[in-house]
Amino acid sequence: MKRNVYADHAATTALSDTALNAMLPYFQEKFGNPSSLYGFGQAAKADLDAARAEVAACLGAKPDEIFFTSGGTEADNWALRGVAEARGGKGRHIITSTIEHHAILHTLRYLEKYEGFQVTYLGVDSEGFVNPADVKAAIRPDTILISIMSANNEIGTIEPVTEIGAIAREAGVLFHTDAVQAVGHIPVNVDRWNVDLLSLSGHKFHGPRGVGVLYVRKPLRLPPLIHGGGQEKGRRSGTENVAGAVGLAAALKEAAAHLDGEGARLTALRDRLMDGLLSAVPRCKITGPRENRLPGTASLVFECVEGESILLRLDAMGIQSSSGSACSSASLDPSHVLLGIGLPHEIAHGSVRLSLGRENTGEDVDYMLKVIPEVIAGLRAMSPIWED
Amino acid sequence: MYSEKVMDHFSNPRNVGEVENPNAEGQVGNQKCGDIMKMTMRIEDGVIVDVKFKTFGCGAAVATSSMATELVKGRTIEEALTLTNAAVAEALDGLPPQKLHCSVLAEEAIKAAIADYYTRQGIDPSPIVGEGCVGCCDCCGHEH
Repeated sequence: MKRNVYADHAATTALSDTALNAMLPYFQEKFGNPSSLYGFGQAAKADLDAARAEVAACLGAKPDEIFFTSGGTEADNWALRGVAEARGGKGRHIITSTIEHHAILHTLRYLEKYEGFQVTYLGVDSEGFVNPADVKAAIRPDTILISIMSANNEIGTIEPVTEIGAIAREAGVLFHTDAVQAVGHIPVNVDRWNVDLLSLSGHKFHGPRGVGVLYVRKPLRLPPLIHGGGQEKGRRSGTENVAGAVGLAAALKEAAAHLDGEGARLTALRDRLMDGLLSAVPRCKITGPRENRLPGTASLVFECVEGESILLRLDAMGIQSSSGSACSSASLDPSHVLLGIGLPHEIAHGSVRLSLGRENTGEDVDYMLKVIPEVIAGLRAMSPIWED
Repeated sequence: MYSEKVMDHFSNPRNVGEVENPNAEGQVGNQKCGDIMKMTMRIEDGVIVDVKFKTFGCGAAVATSSMATELVKGRTIEEALTLTNAAVAEALDGLPPQKLHCSVLAEEAIKAAIADYYTRQGIDPSPIVGEGCVGCCDCCGHEH
C-alpha cells in the first residue's frame, strides 16, 4: 500500500491547529495596527506584547529582549550585521564554523567583502561537532563575535553551545547562535546557554512562515537592519505581523509543553529508521552523531547512487525527503556541511535527509523501511559503478 | 522543475542495462561530479541494432541517457554521430539550465561508444567522431 509520508520537517512544518486558531482573529476581526493610539490598535499591541512575553518565557528571556522579524534569515542577518556595526570600532574579527546555514555564511562573506571584516571558519569533526577548545584558541584581541549554530539542519548535530557560550562570556566576546533547528525541538535557555543573541524561525515548529525572532540580551542594543517607522522600539521597522507573532508564540508554547515526550518519541522513531536502513541496505552510513542529535533528523549516505534520483524515486512512492547532493542544488558541489564533515564528493552525492515530526508514526517508519531499500536497490541496478 | 517527459524517462527509463556481446562501449563523467554514463552497443553493418545504458546521476542524467538510447537505436553510425545534446534536451521538452550538462554527457557517451567501436576495428576514431567534448564543464573527466 502506498502511503504519504512527509519526512522533511527540517525544511518546514504544517501550521498546528492551535497556532492557526490563535492567528485567525487577527486577519479580519482584530486587524488593528499596534502603532495606532485608539483602543482598537492598542488591543493589537497588547496581544503582540503577550506573544512576546510567551516567547520570552519559552526561552528563559525577558520580554523586552524579544524582537519579531520576518524569519530566521532576517534574524541571522540582523545579528551579524548589527554586531558588526555596533562593535566594529572595537574589532573586526568574527568566529564561526564551516557548517553554518547560508544565512550566516553568506552574510559573513558580505562583511568580509564589503566591510573589511576577518572571519575564522572553524572546521568540525566527522560527526559535525565544533570543538570548544578550537573556539577558545581562535579568539583574538579584535574578536567581537562568535556565531555557532545550535543544531545543524542537514545532519542534526547539536553543538556544545553551553561550553562555547561560557568561553565567549569569559573572553568578553558576544555569542550568537542560529537556533532555527533547535527551538521547539530541544530545551533552549538563553541563560544556561550563555548566549547574547539567538535566532529562531516560526515555521520550523508548526508556527507560520514569514515570522521569526531575534533574541538580544540586555543591555546590548543592536542598530536596526530594517529602517522605517520605528516599530519594535525603533529596532525593527515595518508594521508588525501580529497574526504571525501570535501564531509563532502559540506554536512555541505548544511545542515547549510537549518537548520531552515528543523528543523521546521522535528519537525512538529516528533510531529505528536509521538502524533499519543500516541493516537493510549495504554500503550506507549515518551522517552526524548518534548522541547529541536532533530528535527527528535522520541522515544517511548511500554509495553508488545519487541523492536527487533517490528523492525523486521516494517522492514517486509518497515519501518527501531532501538531499545535500550537488544535483539537488544549482552548484556542482555537494553540500558544504557534508564536505565539512570530511565526506568525499562521491559519497556526499548519495545523501538523504529524512526529518521526522509531529504527524509521523511507527507505520510511517515501517513504510520507509520497506520502500527505501527497494528504491536504493533499483537505482543501484542501473548504476555503472555498483557491483553486487 | 522537470518536464513530464523527463519524469517519464526517469521513472520508466528505456534500454537500461548492458547489451549482450557488445562491440562498442563508452563511459563518460566521473563519480566526484556525480554523473557517470555507460553506453554499450551492438553495431552491425554500420547500424546500431541494440544499445543500453547504465547511469549514476540525477534525474536529468538518467532521463537524458534513456532518451539518447531511443534516439540512436536502429540508426546508422553516421546518423547517431549527428545527435547533439540540444536534440536530446529538446526531445525531453527541455531541461533546467543547471542540468544541460547532463545532455552533453549523453551525447558524449554515444560518441565514446562509437569511438570504441572504431578502435576495436583498428580504425583511428578521432577524424570520424571528433575529439570529444569541448570542455563545457569540469565534469567530463576529459583533458583538452
